[in-house]
Amino acid sequence: MLVRANVNGEWREADVWPGSSLLYLLREHLALPGSKNACEQGECGSCSVWLDDELVCACLVLAAQAEGREVRTVEGLAAGEAMHPVQEAFVESGGVQCGFCTPGFVVAVTDLLERASAPSDAEVREALSGNLCRCTGYEKILEAVRIAADRLSLREDEL
Amino acid sequence: MSRRVDERVREGVGTSVPRIDGVPKVKGQFSYGSDLWADEMLWGHTLRSPHPSAEIRSIDISGAVASPGVHAVLLADDVPGSRFYGLEFADQAVLAWEVVRYVGEPVAIVAAEHPELARRAADRIVVDYEPLEPVTDMETALREGAPQVHPFGNVLSDVRVLHGDPDAEADVWVEGYYETGMQDQAPLGPEAGMAVPAEDGGVDLFVATQWLHIDRRQLAPCLNLAEDKVRLFLAGTGGAFGAREDVSMQIHACMLALYTGRPVKMSYGRTESFLGHVHRHPSRVWMRTGANRDGTLINVRARVLIDGGAYTSSSAAVISNASTFAAGPYAVPNALIEGTCVFTNNPPCGAMRGFGAVQVCFAHEGQMDKLAAALAMDPVELRLRNAAAPGTVLPTGQVIRGAAPVREVIERTAAIPLPPEPPARPRDAIELPGGVAGNVGRGEGIRRGVGFAVGYKNHGYSGGFDDYADARVTLSAGPEGPVAEIHSAAAEVGQGVQTIMAQIARTVLGVERVILRTSDTLVGSAGSTSASRQTLVSGGAVKAASEAVLAELLERARRDAKVAGADLGVDGGFVTADGEPVMAVDELLGEPIERSVIWRHRPTSPLDENGQGDVHVGFLFAAHRAVVDVDEELGLMRVVQLATAQDVGFAINPQSVVGQVEGGSAQGLGLALMEELQLEDGHIRNASFTDYLLPTTLDMPPVEVVLVEEPEPDAPFGAKGVGEPANVVAPAAIVSALRAALGRDLQRIPVKPDDLAGLREPPGIPPWPPFPDEPAREPSPLSGGVFHVGSVPPPE
Repeated sequence: MLVRANVNGEWREADVWPGSSLLYLLREHLALPGSKNACEQGECGSCSVWLDDELVCACLVLAAQAEGREVRTVEGLAAGEAMHPVQEAFVESGGVQCGFCTPGFVVAVTDLLERASAPSDAEVREALSGNLCRCTGYEKILEAVRIAADRLSLREDEL
Repeated sequence: MSRRVDERVREGVGTSVPRIDGVPKVKGQFSYGSDLWADEMLWGHTLRSPHPSAEIRSIDISGAVASPGVHAVLLADDVPGSRFYGLEFADQAVLAWEVVRYVGEPVAIVAAEHPELARRAADRIVVDYEPLEPVTDMETALREGAPQVHPFGNVLSDVRVLHGDPDAEADVWVEGYYETGMQDQAPLGPEAGMAVPAEDGGVDLFVATQWLHIDRRQLAPCLNLAEDKVRLFLAGTGGAFGAREDVSMQIHACMLALYTGRPVKMSYGRTESFLGHVHRHPSRVWMRTGANRDGTLINVRARVLIDGGAYTSSSAAVISNASTFAAGPYAVPNALIEGTCVFTNNPPCGAMRGFGAVQVCFAHEGQMDKLAAALAMDPVELRLRNAAAPGTVLPTGQVIRGAAPVREVIERTAAIPLPPEPPARPRDAIELPGGVAGNVGRGEGIRRGVGFAVGYKNHGYSGGFDDYADARVTLSAGPEGPVAEIHSAAAEVGQGVQTIMAQIARTVLGVERVILRTSDTLVGSAGSTSASRQTLVSGGAVKAASEAVLAELLERARRDAKVAGADLGVDGGFVTADGEPVMAVDELLGEPIERSVIWRHRPTSPLDENGQGDVHVGFLFAAHRAVVDVDEELGLMRVVQLATAQDVGFAINPQSVVGQVEGGSAQGLGLALMEELQLEDGHIRNASFTDYLLPTTLDMPPVEVVLVEEPEPDAPFGAKGVGEPANVVAPAAIVSALRAALGRDLQRIPVKPDDLAGLREPPGIPPWPPFPDEPAREPSPLSGGVFHVGSVPPPE
């Protein structure tokens, strides 16, 4: 079946098997493998994307459900060479090791900081509890959230 | 020529340089094994055994062959060469025929145009099995008359370590029994890669793995190709932790690619990943510890039993490690440690972070707590009294050489400030045991416990293994100054070895720009990314190759009369004479300088028949202190803080080292509290992330990390491996804290809510299983297929 969706600001179309997930559409049809396939049952958050501004696990959404809607992925966050402040913070803090969970975390943290500019530690832990990381023990990911939150609120002050 | 190591070189050793693959990883541009794609690519799929033990009567593939979009359906008869592969012994069938020995053993492989078509075709393969009685309990496997997993018996490996007088008397004895469950490495990246048939009749395999060259050594004979026709390239690797030490999809993807003449990608789903790699050995450990009244350890007796599952994998090395570390990082004058690894029809077990040391640490530290209680001594004081030190003779007879700051890691862990006492009620639910998900109380009846543990682990391969790494370093002129290029096969699996190698080259060569070439089999073997060894061994090779490049560079400089007799060095892209810059390095690089070096650590020796030998090259020590809150009534708990000091030699990248300690602590917490493959008659009942629980942000407490830096002789810049000790020690500390909070024994990890609530009867101390008098039988040839793989010989 044909699916047409606005992905990272661009209308894209693909002919998919009706049982395909949005994750499969992104990874295998649209050449956007940044969203990862770690559990494919909505437990690990590695495939986190936005569907019409709502944070979803792309593995739990059918490709067909994205028809006519907006999808934003990790690939859409950086403006060209410049990284998004959340991406910068992950590199700086050491929040990246193998990196397989990183795109999902970057999306989930960006979503959190778009909703709450200065979340408490408990709020951050709860917001990210749907994203699994096997390498870091999370400490440096939490540090990345603190760095990014500071930078983003500074940036807002400047506006 | 002399040159001091200048640690101030920008982004050199000793600095927390951001990892070199960080930017593509945060942007989603880093290409992992499961991200690979090629024109005309097919998808491979594996059909696996549903039985723990069965004969295969027949296999009918006609339905699968006739399925839409299918290009290949292959069975054991289609294996081009040897039908067996394996890490230490080639005893695993590439594809099973006649017999299957565990649930998940590969039987057939399919290539099709879409992964769903491949799955559906595999569903149409009809295998006629005659189920046999399996043996799935490690003690049952040892008994007379138990079903035999292999024709050569159920003992995979026996180790006996006999030291001093095992009958030595002591004032006080304590006895304990300890069990650990089967943990999964659960790297987030699945087993994945793509095989591409090459024009020369060979195959190029892009794969996520821990050791390219040992994969090739197993692949080539099965594919019936010369090794130079099988070229491996490291794809982005989403974690490993031991799971990628054994071959998974590599041979299958190559077979399908060679058969179809098209690129074939295989990428396991999570359930298949649980079936498709080895796990951490479940263990049962019996231990008696004797000491004098003043707390001095006199004698340790241990019986260690681990379940190797259906095939050999690296089990012999794991039981050897478990046995050599079983008495703990202490001076123990008399010991008898008997270890056995058995075959069962459970999934095969092999390497996982900690490699045998984890299971025995849970036991020896449980014993130290019991002993402290029996002597009414402070548990930290007891450990300090017995702490090993340089010169200590271990139960293997090995004398500790090199850095052994055991006292320091204990004292510095104990000195880390405790977290604040729990606030008076009411508390935020997230801070209660069970967190937001489970605790319906108001914080009443919650008890805090503090536990302590110390442990150790080797770095590098042990027991006489020729442990080496090859590395090539090339220095050339570039438009913005000199550039060093490193070509190493060391597998970057997330731990950061590429960044470490770049830091080393920068420091030795005084250059800022370093390029890492793709790791592949076009350069010599770097050995495995395991045993906390790559910083030591590949770091050593890059350092030595960089020094050889530097020697040539300075030789070229010396030909310039102006610097004859001066003390030469390099700094910031300039050659210096007596500290003063005299010429740009670029001027000397009309011809690039390339040097390859094979570096090895000092030789070790195998254990003799009494388990004596200079078996390990060096030791890594760590202490952990855990603070927990337990709600006994509800069976819920929360780890409030983990504090640890780890002996790291020298932190080449402090941020990355701390990241390893934090991540290792998290995997230790998982083993202590939640992670276990639930086995029932050989079937894994929880092969998904819904049912196999990994620690989340709500489970992990802050980890307070202190790095103890006492340089290790003969290691690059004094750096020790750092990946494993936290995983070894954290479980023991957490359970120690739980016991302290509850005031009763806990004998098994992971500790379950039923254990905390006291609903499940602890096993007590069951009878010690006998140690066989006869040595374990060597695996005998299976259909002529068994041969020793073990290592990759260095080039002549």
